[in-house]
Amino acid sequence: MRLLAYVYYFEPWWIQIIKALVIFAVVMAVLPVLIVYERKLIGRFQGRYGPNRVGPFGLVQPLADIIKLATKEASRPTTSVGLLFRIAPVIAILTAMTALALVPFGDVQHIFGRRVGLYGIDVSIGPLYVFALAGISFYGIMLGGWASGSKYSFLGAMRGAAQLISYEVSQGLSLVGVVITAGTLSLTGIVHAQRGMWYFIPQLAGFLIFLVASFAETNRAPFDLVEADAELVQGYFTEYGGTPFAAYMFSEYTNMIVVSGIAVTVFFGGWLMPFGIHPPGWVDPIIVIAKMAIFISFFIWVRATLPRLRYDQLMSFGWKILLPLATLNLLVTAIVVAS
Amino acid sequence: MNYEPGADVIEVLRGPAAGPVAGAYRAFGETLRGLKTTFARIVEGPVTIQYPEEKTPVYPRFRGRHKLHRFEDTGLEKCVGCSLCAAACPADCIRVVAAENTPENRVSAGERYAAVYEINMSRCIFCGYCEIACPFDAITMGHDYELSDYTRSDLIFTKEMLLAEPIERTPLRAEGE
Repeated sequence: MRLLAYVYYFEPWWIQIIKALVIFAVVMAVLPVLIVYERKLIGRFQGRYGPNRVGPFGLVQPLADIIKLATKEASRPTTSVGLLFRIAPVIAILTAMTALALVPFGDVQHIFGRRVGLYGIDVSIGPLYVFALAGISFYGIMLGGWASGSKYSFLGAMRGAAQLISYEVSQGLSLVGVVITAGTLSLTGIVHAQRGMWYFIPQLAGFLIFLVASFAETNRAPFDLVEADAELVQGYFTEYGGTPFAAYMFSEYTNMIVVSGIAVTVFFGGWLMPFGIHPPGWVDPIIVIAKMAIFISFFIWVRATLPRLRYDQLMSFGWKILLPLATLNLLVTAIVVAS
Repeated sequence: MNYEPGADVIEVLRGPAAGPVAGAYRAFGETLRGLKTTFARIVEGPVTIQYPEEKTPVYPRFRGRHKLHRFEDTGLEKCVGCSLCAAACPADCIRVVAAENTPENRVSAGERYAAVYEINMSRCIFCGYCEIACPFDAITMGHDYELSDYTRSDLIFTKEMLLAEPIERTPLRAEGE
C-alpha cells in the first residue's frame, strides 16, 4: 500500500472502514458534549453555573442546540458567491475530520484474533500530513469569509489567513525538534520512542512553543482574532447559520481535539503511562482520551483567563518571538542529537 | 490656553520600562497570575442565585409592593382617605376617592374612609413618599418585588388587593447577612 506515503502497518480494507466509522462516530458524538463541557467549565471559571436548564445538569443542552441549528432555514446573503459559500464549511469540517485519522489512540491490539491498530492510519509522514491538512483547512476559512460577501467575514478571513500562516511555521518547527530526537515521522513511532522519557521534558521549549502556536492554529482565545466578536461580529462565519454554522463550529472543536491529540502523542507519551505502569492494551484509548481531556481543559482555562491580543501584537509575537525561539530550539536539538 | 498644573500636583512615579527579558517575564508571570485567579473561581464555586427557585433576600427596609393595613384589634382600616399619599406621590400613581363613614357602614377609624384606593404599579417608582406622607401608617412598602403581568390594567392594584394579606414570596435577609 504505497500510494502517497509509506504506511507502516495496515489492516484489510474492511477493518479500515470500520475503524474510520468508529473514530468518526465517537468524535461526532463527543463534540456536542465537548461544547457543553466548555460552556459549563467557563461558567465555573467565571463564578457561575453555565447551562443547567435543559435536562439534568443541562446535559441535554447539546441535543437542543443541534435540533435548533438543524431546523433553521438555509439562507445566504445576496452578495454571497453561491457555490463557494456552500463548499467552504464542507472543506473546513472535512479537513478537520481527516486530520483525526492521524491521532493514535493506542498500539496495535489483537481484537477477535486480528491485529488492529487503534488509530486511523499510521503513515511515515505523520506531522507533515497534519500540517498539510491544516493548510487546506485554511481554505475553509478563507473561502467562507470571502464568499459571504460581507465586510466582517472578509476581515475575519484575512486575519485568519495571516494568523494561520504565521503560526503554522512556528508550530511545525517546534515539532521538528521531537522528530529529530525520535528519528521517525510516524506518530506511533514517536510514542514508542518515548518509552524512556516523555518528550515534554527534553523538549520543554518546543512543547511551550507548540502549545502557544496551537492556540493560534485553532483560533482559540487569546488568539481568536479571527472571530473577534466585539469588532467582527463572528468573523468569517458571520453570515452562516443553521447546519453550515454547526459545521464550522464542529470543525473548530475537532481541530482542538486534533491539536490536543497531537500534543499528547508527541510530547506526553501517547498511550504510555508514567512510573513504569504497563496497563493492558484495551486501556490505551482511555489513557489517550484522558490526557486529551486535560489538554482541552487547559485550552478552556486559558480562554476563560486571557484577553484577546491586538492584531499587531499577534503578528510581532509570532514572527519576532515565537519563530526565532522555535528555530533556536530546533538548532540546539539538532546539535545535541548530532554530537 | 495651556494647562499648567499647580505646585500641589504630584507627578505619578513609574518604574523603568521593561526590557525584552523583563517584559517577557512580566507577561509570563502575569499570565500565570491570571490563570491562578480564574482557577480560584472554580474553588470558590458559583455565586449565581438561581432566580425563579432561589430569590435574592431583601433588607427589612426594602421598598417593594405597597400594603394597606387594618387595626389588629377592631379590624377597621387605618386609611382615612385623606389623599396625602396621592399628593406626595411624584409619579402620580395613587388615586383615592374618599367617602363618609356612617354608623351602619363603618370602614375606617376616622370620619371618612377610602372608597377607592388604587395604585398603578406600572407607574410607581417605589420612592416610599406615600409611606412617609401617611399620618396613620396606613400604607407601607412591602417586600414583594415580583410585579410583572401580561396587561397593564392588571397592574392597577385595588384596595382589596393591597389590603389582602400578602403571600410572602420574597425572603427577608437574615440579621448580619
